[in-house]
Amino acid sequence: MSFLSLTDADRAAMLATVGVETVEELFRDIPEAVRLRAPLALDPALTEAQLAAHLAELASRNTHTGDELSFLGYGIYDHYSPAVIDVLLARGEFLTAYTPYQPEMSQGVLQAIFEYQTAICELTGLAVSNASGYDGCTVAADACFLAAHHTGRSKVVVAETLHPMVREVVATFAPGFGMEVVTVPASGGVVDGAAWAAACEGAACAIFQTPNVFGILEDGPALAAAANACEALPVAHVDLLSLGVLEAPGAYGCAIAIGEGQSAGIPMSFGGPHFGFMAARADLVRRMPGRIVGETLDSESKRAFVLTLQTREQHIRREKATSNMTTNQTLIALAGWVTLCWYGPQGLRELGELLMGLSAEVAVKAKAAGYEVAFPGTTTFKEVALRVPGGGNAEEVTRKARALGVNPGVPLGHDFAGLAYVLLVAVTEKRTPDDIAELAEVIGQCS
Amino acid sequence: MQLIYEKSVPGRRAGTVPAYAGLARPAVPAGLGRAAAPRLPEIAEPDLVRHITALANRNFGIDTGFYPLGSCTMKHNPRLNERAANLPGFANIHPAQSEESVQGALELMWRLQEILREVTGLDAVSLQPAAGSQGELTGLLVMRAYFADRGEDELRREIVIPDTAHGTNPASVVMAGYEVVGIKTDARGNVDVDDLRAKVGPRTAGLMITNPSTLGLFEENIHEIEQIMHGAGALMYYDGANLNAVCGVSRPGDMGFDVVHINLHKTFSQPHGGGGPGGGPIAVRGLLDPFLPKPQIVRDGDGAGALYRLDHDRPKSIGKVRGWTGPFGVFVRSYAFIRRYGPGLREMSEAAVLNANYMLARLRDAYDVPYDRLCMHEFVISARTLKKEHGVTATDVAKRLMDFGYHPPTVYFPLVVPEALMIEPTESEAKETLDAFCDAMLEIAREAASDPAAAKAAPVSRPVRRLDEVLAAKKLVLRYAFADHPDLAAERAAASA
Amino acid sequence: MAAAESYPDGLLYHPEHDWALIEGDEAVLGITWFAQDALGEIVHYEAPDVGAAIGMGEAYGEVESVKAVSDLISPLSGVVLEVNEKATGEPETINEEPYGAGWLIRVRLTDPTEIARLLSPETYRAHVAAE
Repeated sequence: MSFLSLTDADRAAMLATVGVETVEELFRDIPEAVRLRAPLALDPALTEAQLAAHLAELASRNTHTGDELSFLGYGIYDHYSPAVIDVLLARGEFLTAYTPYQPEMSQGVLQAIFEYQTAICELTGLAVSNASGYDGCTVAADACFLAAHHTGRSKVVVAETLHPMVREVVATFAPGFGMEVVTVPASGGVVDGAAWAAACEGAACAIFQTPNVFGILEDGPALAAAANACEALPVAHVDLLSLGVLEAPGAYGCAIAIGEGQSAGIPMSFGGPHFGFMAARADLVRRMPGRIVGETLDSESKRAFVLTLQTREQHIRREKATSNMTTNQTLIALAGWVTLCWYGPQGLRELGELLMGLSAEVAVKAKAAGYEVAFPGTTTFKEVALRVPGGGNAEEVTRKARALGVNPGVPLGHDFAGLAYVLLVAVTEKRTPDDIAELAEVIGQCS
Repeated sequence: MQLIYEKSVPGRRAGTVPAYAGLARPAVPAGLGRAAAPRLPEIAEPDLVRHITALANRNFGIDTGFYPLGSCTMKHNPRLNERAANLPGFANIHPAQSEESVQGALELMWRLQEILREVTGLDAVSLQPAAGSQGELTGLLVMRAYFADRGEDELRREIVIPDTAHGTNPASVVMAGYEVVGIKTDARGNVDVDDLRAKVGPRTAGLMITNPSTLGLFEENIHEIEQIMHGAGALMYYDGANLNAVCGVSRPGDMGFDVVHINLHKTFSQPHGGGGPGGGPIAVRGLLDPFLPKPQIVRDGDGAGALYRLDHDRPKSIGKVRGWTGPFGVFVRSYAFIRRYGPGLREMSEAAVLNANYMLARLRDAYDVPYDRLCMHEFVISARTLKKEHGVTATDVAKRLMDFGYHPPTVYFPLVVPEALMIEPTESEAKETLDAFCDAMLEIAREAASDPAAAKAAPVSRPVRRLDEVLAAKKLVLRYAFADHPDLAAERAAASA
Repeated sequence: MAAAESYPDGLLYHPEHDWALIEGDEAVLGITWFAQDALGEIVHYEAPDVGAAIGMGEAYGEVESVKAVSDLISPLSGVVLEVNEKATGEPETINEEPYGAGWLIRVRLTDPTEIARLLSPETYRAHVAAE
């Protein structure tokens, strides 16, 4: 077995040193009643070559982005993954390292995380970032836990235009935190401002998404102001790739910014592993969940990096920890950081402008094919919600379109009652105006 | 080494973005537009590559050398698994695709579920949780839903946990809305059964333990523990952090556990990545199946005509604990790892346990050994005598090991052993590696007596010397602040002047 | 850096390693040499708000070192009158002068009968010796 090096001679020598006759004796503390005496009922071992063939066969039974022209989005996007992230991911010193608890062995990972934290703070306009959370859904639950402890309040306000999956995860964890969740309805594709302001009364935090689940830009400053007026923590769920053209949440009064980092060049991979990010105001630092890297000096006054404020975390504070999180998503977050460095500020700005232009192009071309925008009078970032002509079923459209080699988007009927006629079309920098013309052509035929 | 921001030069860039003549440039509505550009680095690609490489050269992974962190299971990460996870048919599929267009992915997940059922000896699996501690929280919420369904949630508010428990356990208990009740450890390193019996009753929802424990010892009284817990109508939760010791040897389901989480990044070789990603699937006894997160991956039919699908119709489910169906890329790697062993997972555990016992036998005379028993896949020794007689602590031993070319073991955990060093070699290591490490540990013990200053000054051979962690906690510098970035070295020099 | 081990006369003590200096119907509270030594260098003192009500035997705040965090247990019930700014701003003062400049809070006592339940210096010194 190629992963094991023990030979019979090794085994004999080692058993002699331990002072037992057989390997079986090493397990003598295990009561017989719980000993497994038959082999595990698993398929026989494969050689590496056999395994490679088996996995390739499984992979071949999945339709991937090379097989069809895809406009799927809804939280996970077919963005370009720059090749330079392989430089990071292929290095065993990153890939196979543990959490950097021994800083002298881990200055590479620690400095990389420090640089990642800096990038997240720059993009969100907030003072402190952690080293990542699990994904864009769980960081919302993290924000609720933080807000509950900071404010002593037990109400969470969420916008209906916050992705349903994010809201579902918040709803799973909120009761354990002793919190109840109030959802503020949408009106015309954005959260209803008056209802939002009323709901913020007595809330620990209020979470909105911009661009929202329909791809539409919310009035973040107004939403944050309304939450602040009630001393609820405003939490913005944002897209890292939008923050080259959209204002930083910290600049317009948000206490916390969170989101899903997959857009930053991380392969879609059927939903994971990706990374969640979280940044917060300076006064919230001691309540932050997750790892945080800080700068310090060594004994010779050389700059060095170390996990700091570990007293927040589970291994020290145990039942009073700011979170139970240990393993997070470090390697993926660092790949996202490399992507952000690859674009730089100018590239990020150009990317944001391109995405807005392409989503507007979808609206224009789709209109010519009979598909109106579902929420007129709004500005989109990289997704646009379209009405199927005549109120037809969006799922039917996607079924027919896929047969013509185009996956036109996500039908919203499953998650939004009354929106079965709405198709959510996402664009990325991998989609060209010609692709959009083809999309319009195909969905025009399928309605 | 400079930060990437310190290498930034205005006007430089690496990536490019396509532009199309005639494409609209919609305006960002007033008040929503970016006022000041984010200060991301401006760097061309060759220097970006060099920067990443320089960082890698200052780090240490399993690929570099021996990494005996107790409770972390730092085992070999096969590279085929990386190739597989990056196949377009795995990497470039969207989770909202129709089920018939991702049958290969769904099949892989279903097969992984079946494997985990067999390895744990339980009935149903959810792959959704993103890491071990999320698996813990998910398992606790499943338990809560079970008791709520029976009208017992208001009454059963407590989870009993041993004092050797990993810190995630009490943290998860509180996040699930339960209270922690601590249980003592006896002189043989087992859960103190009398203390358990005294503290378990009608208010108990469950027990949360690791077996083998964080001391690397198998719970000898597991049968009695099971009787006490189930006798009180409570459930048993198994923290799977130490599963590497018992695959194919003993199964948590057979030990009596009702809920188990598995750390895919420990036992099943998902690379640790400097702190993640990982995977924390849970396996449960049938009576808890209805409460598992949704959707579940199910198979209709079998053989060539089998169809795999996502079952959302689960009215008693606790809901979703993370996005989509879980970290699929992690499943590819773990599935691939397991398929190389098949039933031979047992040999993996046997090798892990033999390696650990061999090291314990070689080290037991030079270090304090708190429990006089065979260990499982990891063991705890103590630098207590070294500290008392020579002032050399577990920290000093750890730092000195760096100069011998090793990543140190876990230190100061579990809390019940002072000056603890927890060592887990895993099955991946050859005998010569174990011997060389033990030789180094013996040398350090000898040196503690003759020249304690050497350990105190360690490490001397890494990119940095010992760090001032007090400074890091008192003066929080948590990001690069550009023109306003503090000069810590200058401040320190000024303070001592 | 840290003071030499001592448990002064003139103070009263609580088994959770806190001291109280009684001044009429007020008291000054802090942690003992034993507590600061066990923590190591203190990097953060999380103080209660002025005006907060605290109860005997209950936690009123926290002190942290790099590797540990410890609740501050109040030896007496009272209302917080003053928080020592030097201790919050320079927490290492608590290590250096745990009974002097490193005091933590001043309270107005709400139940002076509790004073009788505190440990004398001799009793506390014996308690520490047994730990």
